[in-house]
Amino acid sequence: MSDKQATNAYWRANLKIIYICIAIWALVSYGFAIIFRPLISGIAVGGTDLGFWFAQQGAILVFIVLIFTYAWRMNKLDREHGVEE
Amino acid sequence: MSQFTLNLIFIGLSFALYIGIAIYARAGSTSEFYAANRGVSPVMNGMATAADWMSAASFISMAGLIAFTGYDNSTYLMGWTGGYVLLAMLLAPYLRKFGKFTVPEFIGDRFYSRTARIIGVVCLLIISITYVIGQMTGVGVTFSRYLEVSNSTGLWIGAAIVFCYAVLGGMKGITYTQVAQYVVLIIAYTIPAIFIALQLTGHFLPQTGLFGTLNGTDTKFLTKLDQVVTDLGFREYTAHHTSTLDMVLFTLALMIGTAGLPHVIIRFFTVPKVADARKSAGWALVFIALLYTVAPAVGAMSRFNLTTTMWPGAEAGETFSQPAVTLESIENDEDKQWMRNWQVTGLLNWEDKNGDGMIQYYNEAGESEALSAAIEEQGLAGNELTTVNNDIMVLANPEIANLPGWVIAIVAAGGLAAALSTAAGLLLAISGAVSHDLVKGWLAPDISEKGELNAARISMAVSILVATILGLNPPGFAAQTVALAFGLAASSIFPVLMMGIFSTRINKQGAIWGMLAGIISTLMYIFAYKGFLFIAGTNLFEDNAASWMFGISPASFGVIGALINFGVAYFVSNATEEPPAEIVELVESIRVPRGAGAATAHH
Repeated sequence: MSDKQATNAYWRANLKIIYICIAIWALVSYGFAIIFRPLISGIAVGGTDLGFWFAQQGAILVFIVLIFTYAWRMNKLDREHGVEE
Repeated sequence: MSQFTLNLIFIGLSFALYIGIAIYARAGSTSEFYAANRGVSPVMNGMATAADWMSAASFISMAGLIAFTGYDNSTYLMGWTGGYVLLAMLLAPYLRKFGKFTVPEFIGDRFYSRTARIIGVVCLLIISITYVIGQMTGVGVTFSRYLEVSNSTGLWIGAAIVFCYAVLGGMKGITYTQVAQYVVLIIAYTIPAIFIALQLTGHFLPQTGLFGTLNGTDTKFLTKLDQVVTDLGFREYTAHHTSTLDMVLFTLALMIGTAGLPHVIIRFFTVPKVADARKSAGWALVFIALLYTVAPAVGAMSRFNLTTTMWPGAEAGETFSQPAVTLESIENDEDKQWMRNWQVTGLLNWEDKNGDGMIQYYNEAGESEALSAAIEEQGLAGNELTTVNNDIMVLANPEIANLPGWVIAIVAAGGLAAALSTAAGLLLAISGAVSHDLVKGWLAPDISEKGELNAARISMAVSILVATILGLNPPGFAAQTVALAFGLAASSIFPVLMMGIFSTRINKQGAIWGMLAGIISTLMYIFAYKGFLFIAGTNLFEDNAASWMFGISPASFGVIGALINFGVAYFVSNATEEPPAEIVELVESIRVPRGAGAATAHH
């Protein structure tokens, strides 16, 4: 495999991880906390519903997990493709 | 010991700490001045980023914004944190690999165009200067309240402190000072919150207390809050009242605006490796979340405390089961001292309109059965708590909850830490753009390193002076600048950086026309509703939801501006020649982490 192909494979794998993370990012904030809030309003959480919890706590917590997961997956990917520092 | 002495001791100690750090961490080279020699650990950088990011607005205003609106203003919580996910995945690691010092420098190199670089500088200056005015105003307000000096004296003291550590230390001094400022501000924010959560819900963590049960009852705290505020004719706290589309767009505008703010982006130039840039964004969000998950609890609980202070019957039974607080109590009682303190600042005021010796607080425009009955029975002649400023929810929080004097003093030091740390980060972004992009990159390319370092220090000193003068006489539009700064960052800097990394096809012409289209459309939309240059009366349309185009508020338009930027850049680039081969190589090289050390070596 040439250098160029190797780099392309690495970049495609990176993009795939980004797509998955962005999908989760959008789902918890725009989805659960705003657009789908009426659909999940049956799930009661502390005097209100799950959508309110996502809007004021949950989305932020998921964001943190997402960034560290991304960093961990990318470090692994860097090593697999031999492009780590 | 008097409250004034306590405030003086806490603020004095925190300032001594910042100056001590500044002397210890002086910058001797441009690399130290712009990027702290790229030797900052990811956790430290995360903490400094958190202090850099959390401004007077986050510390003082955000809980109040949530307190008086409830669920609808969750946009700020998600918008001002979700941007870090974008930074970590779409910008920070690649810009760190690129290994230069400023954001316009990347734009200029990637799009092989000095014009593009200068447009980047102009955007950066508008964003950072509008932003810094708010910080300086915050410094003035905090000083005048807690140290009993005039607003302007407070501002000059604040400016002198920033001057000491920012001009001397550059990025290196600012980084270590910000770490200390983070510690001060997070302690100041969470201690009163923990006390209040314990008082109201018995929970140690405000985050869980918000969803807990109100002490002495078996009702959930939020259920009770919803009932109390709706009784008084206010909108239900946990319900959604605004347009879903605008809520989504506003959150998105804040997120991509956050990711496009130059003073945040340059913080990621200070870490040693690409992997550290990714991890550091995560740490930054951890430290930011410590405040941002507490803020909604502070907002809801202080709103509840304010309401039960005004209507003592609200906590135990029905809101109107006991009469409202009496004027005599407000003017004499020890536990209402805070009301008298804050009346002096103009942030809180009341007036006994119906002359019944009581101050009745409710929403005149609202309707509720309980309220109609009370208006009838008690002869209410309008809301008598005439001024309640949003900011009071955090600033007076410890006093409302009767917390000890040292807690009040630490909140004062925390408010100053939040404003000063953000101001310093912004000043660094401004001085870097002036000395590195304008002087070194354009006006005097042959300048020596020592000359550039001096230019950086001089431009920082001048920016501090300008910011202070603007803070003394805040232009009428100061309150509107959030929309402007985030709109511009979202519509210009975020898209151009993203395209520079994720596309090899976007060329010079595409970037320039894309940025211009993004900025101009966003400015036009904001000015059409807010007035040309925010001058009152020059707006073309009424600024309300009914006349907004498709219901999109001016503050949310940054998202549309970004889409216009992407679209124009795509079409112009495809209609013109491909970027040169060396630019394609440059893009390919920033996509892989290996060799980040080498990228900096030739500097």
